[in-house]
Amino acid sequence: MAVALATPPVDWLALSPALVLLGASSVALLAAVLLPPARRRPVAATVTALAFAGALACASLLLDRSPRAEPVIAGAVVRDRFGALAAAIVAGAGLLSVGVSYGRRFRKHNAEYYGLLAASAAGMAFLVTADNLMAIFLGLEWLSIALYVLCALDVDLRGSLEAGLKYLIVGGFGSAFLLFGFALVYGATGELGLPAIAEAVSARGLEGDALLVAGLGMVLAGLGFKASAAPFHMWTPDVYEGAPTPVTGFMSAATKTVAVVLAMRLLATAFPAQAELWTWAVAGLVVASLAVGNLAALVQRNLKRMLAYSSVSHAGFLLMGVAANSALGAKALLYYLIPYSAMSIGAFAVVAARERELARPVTLDNVAGLGWERPLHGVALWAFMLGLAGMPLTGGFVGKFYVLSAVYNRGWIWLVIVGLAATAVSLYYYLGVVRAIYMQTPGELGIAPAGGSPPRDLALDAAILLCLAVTVASFFAVEPIIDLAGKASAALPL
Amino acid sequence: MGQGAWITDGLVLLPLAGALLCWLSPLPRVAVGVVALALSLGEVALWAGALARVDFSQGLTVQLEERAEWFGDLGISYHVGLTGFSVWLVGLTAVAMAAGVGYALWAGRERARAYFGLMLFLTAATVGVFVAQDYLLFYVFWEAMLIPLYVLVGVWGGPDRLAATLKLVIYTMAGSLLMLAAIIVLGLQNGTFDMVESPPSSSVWLFLGFAAAFAVKAPLFPFHGWLPDAYRQAPPEVAGILSGIVSKAAAYGFLAIAILRFQGHTVRDVQEAVLALGAIGLVYGSLLAFRAPDARGVVAYSSLAQLGLITLGLFALNLAGFNGAVLQMVNHGLISTALFLLCGVVEQRAGSGHFSLLGGMARGRPALATLVMTTGVIALAVPGSTAFAGEFLILTGVFDQGYGWAIVGAGAMVLAAMYMLRLISAILHEGPRSAGATRGPDLRLGELGVLVPLLACLLVLSAWPAAVTSHTFGQTKETPALAKGGR
Repeated sequence: MAVALATPPVDWLALSPALVLLGASSVALLAAVLLPPARRRPVAATVTALAFAGALACASLLLDRSPRAEPVIAGAVVRDRFGALAAAIVAGAGLLSVGVSYGRRFRKHNAEYYGLLAASAAGMAFLVTADNLMAIFLGLEWLSIALYVLCALDVDLRGSLEAGLKYLIVGGFGSAFLLFGFALVYGATGELGLPAIAEAVSARGLEGDALLVAGLGMVLAGLGFKASAAPFHMWTPDVYEGAPTPVTGFMSAATKTVAVVLAMRLLATAFPAQAELWTWAVAGLVVASLAVGNLAALVQRNLKRMLAYSSVSHAGFLLMGVAANSALGAKALLYYLIPYSAMSIGAFAVVAARERELARPVTLDNVAGLGWERPLHGVALWAFMLGLAGMPLTGGFVGKFYVLSAVYNRGWIWLVIVGLAATAVSLYYYLGVVRAIYMQTPGELGIAPAGGSPPRDLALDAAILLCLAVTVASFFAVEPIIDLAGKASAALPL
Repeated sequence: MGQGAWITDGLVLLPLAGALLCWLSPLPRVAVGVVALALSLGEVALWAGALARVDFSQGLTVQLEERAEWFGDLGISYHVGLTGFSVWLVGLTAVAMAAGVGYALWAGRERARAYFGLMLFLTAATVGVFVAQDYLLFYVFWEAMLIPLYVLVGVWGGPDRLAATLKLVIYTMAGSLLMLAAIIVLGLQNGTFDMVESPPSSSVWLFLGFAAAFAVKAPLFPFHGWLPDAYRQAPPEVAGILSGIVSKAAAYGFLAIAILRFQGHTVRDVQEAVLALGAIGLVYGSLLAFRAPDARGVVAYSSLAQLGLITLGLFALNLAGFNGAVLQMVNHGLISTALFLLCGVVEQRAGSGHFSLLGGMARGRPALATLVMTTGVIALAVPGSTAFAGEFLILTGVFDQGYGWAIVGAGAMVLAAMYMLRLISAILHEGPRSAGATRGPDLRLGELGVLVPLLACLLVLSAWPAAVTSHTFGQTKETPALAKGGR
């Protein structure tokens, strides 16, 4: 007997970025089986790159066509500019990551790599538009499972499997926290939709309800895991170090984007009544992340570990925008994510290039002289380091300035001071990289110079150049980007 | 926007474009240096054009200004313009940078494209500091100065350059970030970051935020920990620029922001404290300069002393003090650049700047002897020199705030004579203490071509110091208030 399921009308455009990527993922996986081994990587990479470009176009279209936020597909997904801009950032990050990955040949699973990359990005594009707790959890698991495999994909690399396993276990913890938090919130309010939760809270006077607050706390912890904010960051250095470098770059940009965007949407939409509570909690995460990330990064010699801790500290800076709980904060967050993603992927891209050249982990010692050997990589890495440190002439400065302005307007001048103190500390290790690549020669450190020059990797160089362009252009052309971010953040009830 | 605004833009954009040209074009080593020198001289010419267009009777008003929205939602714009006193500092920058580039071309720096690009970038950033009329833009240029300096010292510096750059960056960034905090607070409170539109602030905390950045960069006692290493390890022309120009950015910041953009009573609340730091720096720097064992050490610590003196003039908070301070900024910028270049010349010949290895260098080197002597004598403010005019005005100004300050200042002039004469005689006159000091030729044409114009500027100013002092603040409605001490 056929059971008729009532299917809600589907707004295909709202789902288009995720669908395009999912389609590419299927094609890449088919290519992994059907094509001869030599053709798999180019075909899968091309299809995935096209899909990322397509997703970027779809997201831009969505950005243009969604002036008002409207729930679609029975409220599971919201079609708004906030999600569309975040999806665009994810798609851009994915496109750059394909460029970074292309020169990397795995012993096997080359096509699967791109399939998984597209699949996880599809999950991200879905997650940033998700508007109810079930859809959020679905999106989160979707992207995470693909990433667990990506981290462990490089079977030749000893750390890779460890990274995958660690990420799986710790990520499982995070998901469990989140899911239990969702259950408690559902238990307290009887609602799954984010706006409906807020309505139920105000209608039934549940502002201080213990069940709800406990649920909120667990949700925050779960989001902290995903954003790698301290004290939920323990997995970050090991996973970032162990995972294949292009994957690390993608994670540091896209996963973090998704996590903080989700945090902003979830907290602002579902819990406006508890704002006093969660803004302070997020501020706590900010302070912890800034302290842990920056202090731990000071002593790292391995560049990937150093960048991992730097990404913990950036989780802190990005969450400042969330903690501000204001239109300016959301705007600042969305703006900051654009240069941050470019700088982060770019930095890992340079590391990836050096890694391929040396065939060993990249440390501060063996990047000595890189700036003179490889002018493009050197200048780009210099710009990325300055940008991550928040120095002018990069979008990192403007982003940092905006989030600090947002927390200042929230009345937290102490947090501004904390942020600036963290910046002062961070200069030591960011400039340490600049010092290594320009001011120390391999001979000075007693290390044999890298032998031979590797074949030029055009895709990688193009990705680095693009990251550099975004990093610098976002400093000069602030107005258009901030306008876009402003329109996007208007979709949230702030 | 305003008439002649292009010239202010040009002052920033010309060296910036030149920097990009040097980095991107595949020119050979000498050609890139020649291009950089030509652009630096073009910058001087452009400044001369600006000088002719500035209306000095409205010295405090921002002129030749250009304004374009940068990010409008927070009220931040690209707003540049010149005032009667900033135009002199722009000129100082253009002249000293041209000298630095010329010297570097002569000395033949390695990795020429990177080097000259950075020098031009530094020019753009420093000029930007002097022309910025928006707090955030000011901060951007301020930080942008540090980026090339970091690399210039760190790559082309002496053996201990890494430690020197680390100290330089940590000290200055600690100060700069406090300034950024002050800028954020000030700008968001006012709803605009524009310096001209913002009302004068009355917060002592904000004043201290700005003052921290300026005090470190100048440096004022006790924030000078980075100074000896940086000045000793940098290549001579970079050391000259650090002490000649970059420190003036700090002094300019004191005047243009910490004094003129704050309420008079706020500034007077902290006046005594800053005067005290200036006076201590003046005496302490002079004593250290007297005890320094090498030529660069003397010039470095004399720079600390001179910045203390300039600070005394600025915080006298009256027109005589301001005028004297501006003149002395220009003087010290030229003197310090020339002295560091002379140190470089001496070190190149003797192999070291240590006094125990120098001496007797006047023998057979009339040009070198004349230049060291003349510059040194101007530096110790012999009456008739432009430095004397500057110091005299500063002492007159600070006398109004209590004769004690003037006594300290006058005493320090004696100390200046002591350390400068010690420097001159240790290099030129005492018996040669090493074989190195007797080797090497007199000044070559390239070196003369750099040093003589600098000295000529000083001699012109000595003949006519009023060229600067009567063309700074002008007679606007604010000038009487300035003359009585702040707005």
